[in-house]
Amino acid sequence: MLEFLVLIVALLAASGALGVIRALDPRRPLLVYGIALVLCLGGLAVVLGHRVMGAPVLRLVLPLGLPWVGVHLRLDALAGFFLLVINLVGALVSLFALGYGRHASEPGRVLPFYGPFLAAMQLVCLADDAFSFLFAWELMSLVSFFLVLVEHEKESSHQAARVYLLMAAGGTFSLLLAMGVLAGADGGYSFDAIRGQERAEATVVSVFLLALIGAGSKAGLIPVHAWLPLAHPAAPSHVSALMSGVMTKVAIYGFVRLVFDLLGGVALGPSVIVLILGGISAVLGVLYALMEHDLKRLLAYHTVENIGIITAALGLALAFAAAGFDLLAALALTAGLFHVLNHALFKSLLFCGAGAVLHATGTRDMERLGGLLRRMPTTGISFLLGCAAISALPPLNGFVSEWLLFQAILQSPILVSLPIVLVVPAVGALLALAAALAAACFVKAYGVVFLSRPRSAEAAAAREVDPFSRAAMLAFAGLCLLLGVIPGLIVDALAPVGELLLTAHLPSQLGNPWLSLQPLPTSASSYNGLVLLSFLLIAGGLTAVVLHRFGGAGLRLGPIWDCGYPDPAPSTQYTATSFAQPIRRVFGTVLFRARETVTMPPPLATAAARLEVRLEDPIWERLYVPVARAVLAAADRLNPLQFQTIRRYLVLVFLSLVGLLVLAAARS
Amino acid sequence: MRLLLDLLAQGLQMTLVLAAAPLLVGWTRKLRARLLRRRGPDLVQPYRDLVRLLRKEPVIAHSASPYFRVAPYLVFASTWIAAALVPTYATGLMFHWATDLIAIVAFLGFARFALGLAGMDVGTAFGGIGSSREVMIASLAEPAMLLVVFTLALLAGSTQLSAIAEFLVREPVGLRVSLGLALVALLMVAIAENARIPVDNPTTHLELTMVHEAMVLEYSGRHLALIEAASALKLTAYFSLVACLFFPFGMVTSTSSPLLYPLGILAWMAKIAVLGAVLAVFETAVAKLRVFRVPEFLGGAFVLGFLGTLLLFVSRAL
Repeated sequence: MLEFLVLIVALLAASGALGVIRALDPRRPLLVYGIALVLCLGGLAVVLGHRVMGAPVLRLVLPLGLPWVGVHLRLDALAGFFLLVINLVGALVSLFALGYGRHASEPGRVLPFYGPFLAAMQLVCLADDAFSFLFAWELMSLVSFFLVLVEHEKESSHQAARVYLLMAAGGTFSLLLAMGVLAGADGGYSFDAIRGQERAEATVVSVFLLALIGAGSKAGLIPVHAWLPLAHPAAPSHVSALMSGVMTKVAIYGFVRLVFDLLGGVALGPSVIVLILGGISAVLGVLYALMEHDLKRLLAYHTVENIGIITAALGLALAFAAAGFDLLAALALTAGLFHVLNHALFKSLLFCGAGAVLHATGTRDMERLGGLLRRMPTTGISFLLGCAAISALPPLNGFVSEWLLFQAILQSPILVSLPIVLVVPAVGALLALAAALAAACFVKAYGVVFLSRPRSAEAAAAREVDPFSRAAMLAFAGLCLLLGVIPGLIVDALAPVGELLLTAHLPSQLGNPWLSLQPLPTSASSYNGLVLLSFLLIAGGLTAVVLHRFGGAGLRLGPIWDCGYPDPAPSTQYTATSFAQPIRRVFGTVLFRARETVTMPPPLATAAARLEVRLEDPIWERLYVPVARAVLAAADRLNPLQFQTIRRYLVLVFLSLVGLLVLAAARS
Repeated sequence: MRLLLDLLAQGLQMTLVLAAAPLLVGWTRKLRARLLRRRGPDLVQPYRDLVRLLRKEPVIAHSASPYFRVAPYLVFASTWIAAALVPTYATGLMFHWATDLIAIVAFLGFARFALGLAGMDVGTAFGGIGSSREVMIASLAEPAMLLVVFTLALLAGSTQLSAIAEFLVREPVGLRVSLGLALVALLMVAIAENARIPVDNPTTHLELTMVHEAMVLEYSGRHLALIEAASALKLTAYFSLVACLFFPFGMVTSTSSPLLYPLGILAWMAKIAVLGAVLAVFETAVAKLRVFRVPEFLGGAFVLGFLGTLLLFVSRAL
């Protein structure tokens, strides 16, 4: 079974070579995406089969890699769940790309990397020793770096790729150190050897911090998120969908594997850090998104928000596990991993929708869009479902995972130690705020892009995209609805993961009457999306029938009312910037130092008045710019070292050797 | 037979909130008018308005998308369901387990999301200003509301509304600081969410002061009727929520006989009538806030809710 999966990964990687050949024939990239689709479906079948068998731990050692280590692979419940996410989203995105990928201006820059990207992400989840894990991780970063650079003629792509490469290298370096500390002085690099070791408290904390930085920077956790809103929008839209929807989840996998599995959990103190970072990422991510009027950048910032939600759930799970409440830890872990799948689904849907909009209109600037629901109904309807799902509205899937997380938060007074009792309610409040702000942000995004009147000629002339893309988006939307209505499917599927990592799992849900969700037998809290959806359909339908039967079904089209003074110019509508103005004023004045300057023409002049909005990125200005400045200054100071005579270099080498020997002597 | 009775009881609640909602609006309007020494419209005037709107032919702008016609049904249906799932006269009705307090807050959020989008649809400055301010208010009110939910859930050990109400009836909870904070926060949220003074003015059509009314400006005929009915239902839902959570006496619990239902209904109507009267007095006593003072008002609600939650995290006895 694992052999099949390895074969699939190898074939996916090999499909890159086919991409090189096919790219010479620019009209037919279909084959590469078709193969990726079939292989991902195959991977999905294998993973589902593995789950049906009860998710046993399967191992395989390949005679590759370092001679005395080899490549250890392992398929267990945790890897299986993330492989499910990768293959499910990968298959649907490949389906989308069957249509969308045809429009790429330079397919030769996308096709060779597409298959290897999918393969590398799967390899990260399969790896069972430090070497192959880091190799796969770095492969994933490098391949996606090339995908970010696809639109190479744009200066913004260059900057994005540069920042991305730098931060990815930093992240991998941090993970490398974490693995080194984990393996210890004896250097057992297989994960089995790592799991068995006893460690001092300081070692555990340092590995935990390194893993948090390494995986967090890949996932887009604030403050190491800076590359994400640059790089994700720069890639072609189907690749953005994979990067935002899947690659950030692989980073979450890395964190879970290292901290939950290899370290076996941490104490209460470190878990508080995870909780706080999660809460802050959630709120800041959505606030950044609200200030944005580039559709793809807006979606990228929402990835930061959702990663924050997932991280907060993981932090809560760590805290419960540290205090010995395994069932509650399983509840928080289930909420977090459920959100992993949910976010993968709706974020990929939204990026595909943004790609469709980009293809139809040639722009992702929201101020030039509008009225697309009438021109692109299928895209519009699926995008609407995605918006509702990411805004955590019932009866869709995003709500279920947030509901589970809130249930976990409400159980946390049981953790009586001091910092955490104060932190958990604060994080709960932050998550509630993030959810409400996300809904506001997607009213803005959908209202400006798909509703209202077209703001440019391109938007007015938009055409619906091809059937492949539409099928993929509808499938994503359907899955969002399905998981919202029957969440028991996923909660039950996550039971072996809880069993593996925490030796506890939630009670089986699919057996509950009416398929409702009741995670904890001790509290009566329950939720049923199925009943809610049926009520909504019945009440809405009944109202429509009754009104049309007894009130008359007539309808008249007329001019816009607008209190009697309609203006036909589309520029008189609300724009994305004006829509965000109240929230910018409430939150942005302090946080982003938002300033509005109005320049009025002199009296009697007919020139236009100007309104200018200035925002500052606080994290970039206060953290990244000083660090970059410090690095540059240090480089300037060290520069003379580069131009020395051979004698001086020999002296330097000798002194370093002596220093290291002294260090070694002092340790022993 | 048991199933049929249960279905009937649930259906009764659905029709009850739908039938009573316009009356509640009429009652507050009448009282407000009397407090201002006007005679005021009849108690049943909202029903007449709804019937008249239903008969009229809706006029829709050329630039409206198909969503514009679907939105009123979505808004009405979701608000109605949310109102019908808040226990009014009895706890433990047939579908009481389908939603909990968090889901009801989120479902009301769904209605707001649907309406906010509809405000953006036609593409006018009024619709935009309404939607934009409505979501700004909601983005502060909803977290405050969730913190109130947290406070109650921590106390009762469940987010299930029926379970909370029965817990509060059964246990000697007494006067608690956290409950008091939660009540004040909930009332503030209710005022903001229902677009009442001092946050918004339901009767104004002055362009710079309206929020909710600006959003629905383009609606007419049966669509407008649905939206008006939804606002009335929302007010009823919030009042039922306050009554159910803080004044649960008189409710028929799941253990007692269905013959007590009429008493339960009378108690519920009395409770929301009193709340409506309080609202009318409050509205005549204060002036409307500037839009950018509203965040301070709601920030207050947020802080109160947070304090309530925090107190319970620190000690179950507070």
